[in-house]
Amino acid sequence: MATYILKRLGLALITLWLLSVIVFVACQVLPGDPGRAILGPLAAQSAVQSLDHQLGVDRPLVTQYTSWVSGLLHGDMGTSTQFRAPVEPYIQAALVNSLKLAALAFVIVVPLGIVGGVIAALNYGRAADRVISVAGLSATTVPEFVSGIVVIIIFGVALKVLPVSASAGAGASAPSQFEHLILPAIPLVLVLFGYIARMARAGTIEALNSDYARTATLKGLKRTVVIRRHILRNSLLPTITVIATQTGYLIGGLVIVETLFNYQGIGNLIFKAAESKDFPMLAAGVLTIGIVYMLATLIADVLYTVLNPRLRLGGAE
Amino acid sequence: MTDLVTEPAAEVAVAQAHGELPSWRLLLRRPTFIAGVAILVFWVVCAVFGHAIAPQDPLAQQLLATNKPPSGAHWFGTDQLGRDVFSRVIVGARTILVISFFATLLGTVVGTALGLMMGYLGGVVDIVTGRLVEAVLALPLLVVAFLFVVAIGPSPLTIIIVIGFVFAPLIARTVRAAVLVERQQDYLASARLLGEGSAHIMFVEVLPNVLPAVLVEFTVRLGYAIFTVASLSFLGFGVQPPTPDWGADFSANYGVLPAGYWWMTLFPALAIASLVIAINLVTDSIEQVLAS
Amino acid sequence: MTATEDAAAESVDELAPTLQVEHLEVTHRVRGNDRRALRDVTFQIGRQESYGLVGESGSGKSTVALALTRYLPSNGRVSGGRITINGRDPLAMNTAQLRDLRARTVSMVYQEPGRALNPSIRVGRQVAEVYETAGLDRATALDKSEAILRTVQISDPGRVMRQYPHQISGGMAQRVVIAMALASEPSLLILDEPTTALDATVEAEVLDLVAALRTDFATSVLFISHNLAVIAKMCDRVGVLYAGELLEEGPAQEIFDQPRHPYTVGLLRCIPRRGQRKDHGRLDTIPGFLPTPGHTLPGCVFAPRCPIAEQRCHEAPPPAFPVSPVRSSRCYLFAATSDLPRNTPVDVTLPSSRDGAEPVVSMQGLSKTFTAHGEAVQALADVSLRLQRGETLGLVGESGSGKTTLARVLLGLIAPDRGSVVELDGTALPAEAGARPREQLKALQIVFQNPDSALNRRHTVRRLISRPLSRLGGLSGARLRERLADLVRSVRLEERHLPLRPGQLSGGLKQRVAIARAFGGGPRIVVCDEPTSALDVSVQAAILNLLADMQAKEQVTYLFISHDLGVVRYLSDRIAVLYLGRLMEVGPAETVFAGPHHPYTEALLSAVPSIDGQRGERIRLAGEIPSAANPPGGCVFHTRCPRRLSTGECESTEPPLAEAEPGHFMRCHIPIEQLHVLQGNDSRT
Repeated sequence: MATYILKRLGLALITLWLLSVIVFVACQVLPGDPGRAILGPLAAQSAVQSLDHQLGVDRPLVTQYTSWVSGLLHGDMGTSTQFRAPVEPYIQAALVNSLKLAALAFVIVVPLGIVGGVIAALNYGRAADRVISVAGLSATTVPEFVSGIVVIIIFGVALKVLPVSASAGAGASAPSQFEHLILPAIPLVLVLFGYIARMARAGTIEALNSDYARTATLKGLKRTVVIRRHILRNSLLPTITVIATQTGYLIGGLVIVETLFNYQGIGNLIFKAAESKDFPMLAAGVLTIGIVYMLATLIADVLYTVLNPRLRLGGAE
Repeated sequence: MTDLVTEPAAEVAVAQAHGELPSWRLLLRRPTFIAGVAILVFWVVCAVFGHAIAPQDPLAQQLLATNKPPSGAHWFGTDQLGRDVFSRVIVGARTILVISFFATLLGTVVGTALGLMMGYLGGVVDIVTGRLVEAVLALPLLVVAFLFVVAIGPSPLTIIIVIGFVFAPLIARTVRAAVLVERQQDYLASARLLGEGSAHIMFVEVLPNVLPAVLVEFTVRLGYAIFTVASLSFLGFGVQPPTPDWGADFSANYGVLPAGYWWMTLFPALAIASLVIAINLVTDSIEQVLAS
Repeated sequence: MTATEDAAAESVDELAPTLQVEHLEVTHRVRGNDRRALRDVTFQIGRQESYGLVGESGSGKSTVALALTRYLPSNGRVSGGRITINGRDPLAMNTAQLRDLRARTVSMVYQEPGRALNPSIRVGRQVAEVYETAGLDRATALDKSEAILRTVQISDPGRVMRQYPHQISGGMAQRVVIAMALASEPSLLILDEPTTALDATVEAEVLDLVAALRTDFATSVLFISHNLAVIAKMCDRVGVLYAGELLEEGPAQEIFDQPRHPYTVGLLRCIPRRGQRKDHGRLDTIPGFLPTPGHTLPGCVFAPRCPIAEQRCHEAPPPAFPVSPVRSSRCYLFAATSDLPRNTPVDVTLPSSRDGAEPVVSMQGLSKTFTAHGEAVQALADVSLRLQRGETLGLVGESGSGKTTLARVLLGLIAPDRGSVVELDGTALPAEAGARPREQLKALQIVFQNPDSALNRRHTVRRLISRPLSRLGGLSGARLRERLADLVRSVRLEERHLPLRPGQLSGGLKQRVAIARAFGGGPRIVVCDEPTSALDVSVQAAILNLLADMQAKEQVTYLFISHDLGVVRYLSDRIAVLYLGRLMEVGPAETVFAGPHHPYTEALLSAVPSIDGQRGERIRLAGEIPSAANPPGGCVFHTRCPRRLSTGECESTEPPLAEAEPGHFMRCHIPIEQLHVLQGNDSRT
């Protein structure tokens, strides 16, 4: 099992490297000259060139790439062209904000999704199943800004029970922060619910139809015992992997939700950086979310290996 | 000369017992399928005949009638430039449907070919492409999409190509999994024993068997394509004004929502939601029937 | 669970039958229509009696078992009749009573033991669960679990209890499942194809175990199987199911010796017995097809296929006539069944293989090593074999023997280790099929075991058979159509089958298509890899005879692979026996079967149940088949060999494959004369 984890780590590092190359290349394709963008259209060409040279954007691409990567490894993410300041503090602050929002969304959606999926599976083909499945699927594909706006209108404007803005203000207390984050969390929850419920449902159905479920039932065990002791631990195993891959969708959702609610999270940061053609900020931001996603999948893979006796202990003797 | 004796003629045993209903008949019996198809058909009609159906010109600005709430004259009210929201919603169906459909089609074609090759040829091709696919997937679809749209410029063609190419790896993954299942079947070994080449085996032997999976993927991805196209429009990276577009219209008008002007954002939003839900109803029905 | 507790909980009438089924009818709802799975099934099982339910696919035998425990799928229901178990009616029970019934009165053992156990829970806990349901505490339950695992002959129960299901072998898993079933000391034990997924030698052990336990635990047994030989061995009484109806019922030996229903007669004639060969004492076939599920007929359900059916048979379903006080038969003409006319002739003339001819295929030093989980698994170790022109070489072995690997290496689907040589007419063949020229591909073809997997389900029959004609035969146009028509006729298909897809055909028809395809290119050698194992008994006979006829007509050589010794014996001229990738014995079929033969062959023959009953003593093999990743040293069979020499030679040195008699090779340290004496064989035929 240890070899498996090491192998997985190795592969993850390769993927990470590939990712950095992709991000770098993509950002290079952005049109525009950073020097020009900063100084404006009326500045003299020589001034632009000298600024470009200062920023280091006139060096060959490979050199720019290597210096960027070595900088990253030392914790230096470069200087933002938007704010003329080091990038790290922005990334850090934005990451923390986003993590708060993401954590809230996860804490709500994971239990909700699992319970929904299991209930749907136990009522396979009947009304409860159809409703949960279709509702889940629909919620997943309704864009976050659509569900976001509906939620704002209902709870923020019409009923006025929750604050519309996502930021509680600097130095706000934890409960207050929490209150402000509920509305933005809801679209995220809606999108993720469908995936998780669907996976939990599929896993539970497979477990319900399995031979070992039949053995357990025919032993005379109560249905609740069969479900609790035999079904769940087998059906929820694949769901773990799904939860990790949801990080990807979650981050995409963050971009929309943070923009809609004007919340200073990493999604918003990346969006603004793309708009302003702030290459250092953009590259650092995208790489960061890439790393977060890969960490999540790695943890999920390891967790799955540890929890699955077949993988943990190897084959028949 | 050997002496062979013939057995009496064999009877055909057809698996479809008398009275069993074919798949499409079963589909038509489902209310969810009917509802989904009805909504889809409605929007497709709007997309094709939009300009003929819309009561008013969606581009006509009536500066004296801006921000009017829904009324007899304007069923969905008017927006900040005095344009009839209802007409814009009707006509707006076109951009989103066209872009989503072709993007999904592109992604499906490329993804299927890729998945076939990864799954059947395996080896180095599979490993290398697998790593690349994983690297791309580490970034959210939306982020990759808008990165490239920002870089290249937001035209419908760009968006189609970008979304198509980002879908391709996802679809390739599903197709690859289906191909791996087929690889264990003996008919592939039989084909090899006939001296068939790899290309023949992939496209003539394997592809027809993974087509059902591809079709389901297509329908599912279509929903996500609509989701992505709308989100891109919302971020300002989609179709540019003044073309009526649900996401763009939403984006342009949600700033005035706190002031109480809800109709110009709600109706485009509901249009998106209805289209997405319609596709999901159809996909769900198909999956239910295939599973029975 | 002591006797007093049992008696207190449920007053059981000692004389009444354990199970009574009366006019049972079960219906399924599929795609909007009702399909009747069982009609008017009546039988009973007495105290400590063993009852066998035999039938082919679609007979409904598994449905009976599911109905008894009320475990029918959601679209199924009992639409008529009554069931009584120990005097109580399971259909009228509420949830709590049903649970009680399942926990204490009825137990079931199913086909695939590995899947019947929860992969995430240790074996010991799963067995203990049965005792805990009866009210015992955890510690006592675990103790009793260990005890009962010992009863099912698991030698180190403590260790097994700590393992997970994927860590134990199939045979061991089935013992665990049987232990779980008997732990509750049920009145009725239901076994549904419990040994079908197991190897012959392991199956024999499990069956012996069940027979012994039945007496120890005083349980009634309902044994469900498609294998008549197993039923004959295990059961006191038998019921023959066909298309959801119980056609014949009575004491097992009487029914098999003197069947009184045309279906039973036909079925028994489909099974190869000793002395039957492909040209002499041919298997008979039952014309027609198993009826499609749900297709209800007005008269006797077997009438369309019955050779003596009369008008009344087609009009009204016959009741169960009492043939004797203990037997019944659902046939108006049960008295006439003793001379039921045959469907096919009993003897035919087939050309025999030319002796002394040049070998058409020669395999020398074939080895194949796979790597799995970092370990080297040797599937084949230095196997040398020859195929003579026109002969049928039967290849026999259990799982892990390497017989499938051998076939795939021969065909070029798997590349063997270096040093392996495969020759066709003296010319070495490239290892990969892709590298072989058309002439060589043409010469070697295969019929696979499972036609569902072997035929592309999206292609039409016409295309499936035509492709080899054009690719390998180089035919086109009118000549292709002619050959196609000829092939279709040879395999007894018809023109109207051509536009259909495999999904629309029955198992037997699909296999005919596969055979036509194999012969399409005009091969000289056809590998038959378990071609009838996935088919019903009645269909199997037709396919075996077809294979024999095709061989004669097209003059091909067969490499016939099977785990079914009866079938191999019926078709083969020579036999090769494989064990753990090594050739143990090769020789003429009758010589190998009659003896003297290799101790492994001896055990194999003794393990396979036969309708004719057991000849000689049952040879028991100790232990399980060793893992191919870690084969025993010396002679690989020595760990289980009952005739192992006390000199230690068998443990230390691997015997060479030596010619013990002309044409008969064996890999054994014991000289053949000694084996002759030890095995005391004369008419083991």
